Amino acid sequence: MSVLEVRNLEKKFGKFTALDGVNFEVRSGEVFGFIGPNGAGKSTTIRVLLGILKANEGEVKIFGKDAWSDAVEIHKRLAYVPGDVNLWPNLTGGEVIDLFVKLRGGNNKSKREELIKKFDLDPTKKCRTYSKGNRQKVALIAAFSSDADLYILDEPTSGLDPLMEKVFQECVLEAKNEGKSVLLSSHILSEVEKLCDRVGIIRQGQIIETGTLNELRHLTRTHILVETKQPIASLTELKGIHEVEETEQGLSFQVDTKELDIIIRHISQFGIVKLESAPPTLEDLFMSHYENKGEREVGGVR
Amino acid sequence: MGQNAFTNTGKLTRLIFRLDRIRIPLWIIGLAIFTFIVPPTFDGLYPSQQDRDAITSTLANPAMTAMLGPGDLENYTIGAMTAHEMLLMTAVITGLMAILLVTKHTRADEEDGRIEMIRSLPSGRLSYLNATLAVTSGAFLLLTLVIGFGLFGFGIESMDLEGSLLYGAALGGTGLVFAGVTAVFAQLSESSRGTIGWSVAILLGAYLFRAITDLSNEALSWLSPLGWVTKAEVYSSNNWGPIVLMLAVAILLFVIANYLNSIRDLEQGFIASRPGKRNASRLLQSPIGLAFRLQRTGFISWAIGMYVLGASYGSIFGDLESFFEGNEMYQQMLQLSEGASLVEQFIPTLMVVISLIATIPPIMAINKLRGEEKKGRLDHLLGRAVSRSRLLGSYLILSVVNGFVMLSLSAIGLWSAGNAVVENGMDFGMLFGAAFVYYPAMLVMIGLAAFLNGFLPKQTSLVWIYILYSFFVLYLGNMMQFPNWVGQLSPFGHVPQVPIEDATFMPLFILSVIAVGLMILSFIGFRKRDIAN
Repeated sequence: MSVLEVRNLEKKFGKFTALDGVNFEVRSGEVFGFIGPNGAGKSTTIRVLLGILKANEGEVKIFGKDAWSDAVEIHKRLAYVPGDVNLWPNLTGGEVIDLFVKLRGGNNKSKREELIKKFDLDPTKKCRTYSKGNRQKVALIAAFSSDADLYILDEPTSGLDPLMEKVFQECVLEAKNEGKSVLLSSHILSEVEKLCDRVGIIRQGQIIETGTLNELRHLTRTHILVETKQPIASLTELKGIHEVEETEQGLSFQVDTKELDIIIRHISQFGIVKLESAPPTLEDLFMSHYENKGEREVGGVR
Repeated sequence: MGQNAFTNTGKLTRLIFRLDRIRIPLWIIGLAIFTFIVPPTFDGLYPSQQDRDAITSTLANPAMTAMLGPGDLENYTIGAMTAHEMLLMTAVITGLMAILLVTKHTRADEEDGRIEMIRSLPSGRLSYLNATLAVTSGAFLLLTLVIGFGLFGFGIESMDLEGSLLYGAALGGTGLVFAGVTAVFAQLSESSRGTIGWSVAILLGAYLFRAITDLSNEALSWLSPLGWVTKAEVYSSNNWGPIVLMLAVAILLFVIANYLNSIRDLEQGFIASRPGKRNASRLLQSPIGLAFRLQRTGFISWAIGMYVLGASYGSIFGDLESFFEGNEMYQQMLQLSEGASLVEQFIPTLMVVISLIATIPPIMAINKLRGEEKKGRLDHLLGRAVSRSRLLGSYLILSVVNGFVMLSLSAIGLWSAGNAVVENGMDFGMLFGAAFVYYPAMLVMIGLAAFLNGFLPKQTSLVWIYILYSFFVLYLGNMMQFPNWVGQLSPFGHVPQVPIEDATFMPLFILSVIAVGLMILSFIGFRKRDIAN
């Protein structure tokens, strides 16, 4: 069952088309990673999901309700953390957290205190004095101390230190274990890799790929490092071979994952001494979509 | 330390000069225009010594002394008159200029991390502070010369070069003193808001202290820097002593600021910021509570300001009668319109001004919505279970109540001061009515502001132009004899002139309907549009 469903979403700002038919869904109980470079339309999509922007075309449903007309009803069960948290300079962090929790309805005092301690925030300081990371903590504490069914997190960790990032990841996993759904937009691909069940990649206002990481990996290349008894003949003539490089450890190259079988068969004829393979990272996956057809140099085997 | 603390002060002075090359000239030009329009006007209004002596009787009362300080009423030349009625007020504005200029380049730059950048370069620890003080001092020297030679340039008999330069120096000196005060508070306080708040408090405190001591014990006025301005007795005895005092105090304050700056860490202050509240009060936990909380300080300041404005107008009511009593020509002129008393004749003109000023805070209250939107903070609310109607409604209610409070307080101020000085007292109901006939017109302005917020969010400042237009055509228009329709383009032009006229129902009803219509439309627009930032 899907908690969030986006169909053919189109959003124009004047003549500029920001979103050009976006399609994806977030299923109940899953963490969905939403990745794409700056200006691809991530934040615009999220603002449409929140009913802050009105879609020109398409259908956006959250909990089966329309994101624009039923915004208030939806928001009672939804928590949002923006990437750029702008707070009121003359209110304290504690006041803002209370305000946010109260505005959603529902109250979870013990969770609030626990999270304040976990995130190591001083709630008696005015927001004016907070750094970017601390402002993000305010938003995160407000979000996770409310009992939401769907969390929409827009680059929530861009200002956090590694320790706090870990606390954040625990919060997301905890929410997931409780059966909550999460839409996580992020630049930190290792984080997405660690947390997300499924990933959607957006480019120029269109979702160009969705699926589990495993599914997506098939669409990209595997790193291979191989040492053979005899030199491998006519390797570069095979389909799906990229970035061939002689290194001290052996021959390094990348293989389109769907051609892997044929390539390995071919290589094995030359007597394999050593074979190392590494799955593509999300970064490779990401890059493969944004590079100009793989012309760019990618590092060797990791 | 030592020499190194001042490295590159010269270059930084040039930088700050470059940053402020528009701001400082604007201030100086503004203050100069404000000063220069007065002597020729007085010269035109009161050409003979007899005319001037006639009005000294209206000025020789405690309310006027409290407001303007003591003046040379015995020998009330054009010069003495200008110095008496203008100098202190201009000095207060000059003090404000000093506070804003100095805060901008001390605590505000520090708060935003710009001084950190400067300090990471080969510049001294005290360079930026002293560069700021150098630029500010230069600005006030320029102000002194512009005002001094400018006033002398009018060639008015009683305004000689020495007096004119002293007039300028009193302004420049006040500026220097408050530049020093601000520089010290910029070290003490931890935020630019705190710096401005403390410095303005000192400025107002100096003004009030002077007002009280001028009435009770003039010698004590020497304790207030603003007391020195009147003690200079510009255009009468031309006393330069207070100017020397100002310079000495300014230098002392500069030295203290430098010392405090040298012993503190960057981005720290001496007045520890109190820890704030751990939890939000019940009041804060709703959109309207938040909106009110964000505007609380401004609201209270405006409320006090409106009361004082009303009271200061009210305090001249008593003198109005005595002023006109001895002047047959004025009496004949005014008696053309019915049998109302002189004070009552003045009330409608006064109320247009007061109600237009009272319209400013409610418009600011509703336009705050757009301000919050631009800063991306509405997303926090709309991303939670807050509907757009509730959000706009909260700001609208605050604005409508705000306008009501402002208008009421100015009427109460007017009445409380007027009642004390007018012989047989004043009717509160009459004054209140005269103020509240303007409420529907004010609501139209609020409605228009809401409408712009709903449909043309990028053009929300248009409402200010409309208010400025109303002020111009209704206040100045009276003097300039514009045709009727020019005034009627403003909602304030349709308001009956209570108490001279009856409060007729129709125009007020129509204004109210327009106001409500605009407000309803604003909800439709606000619910349909994108929230941008």
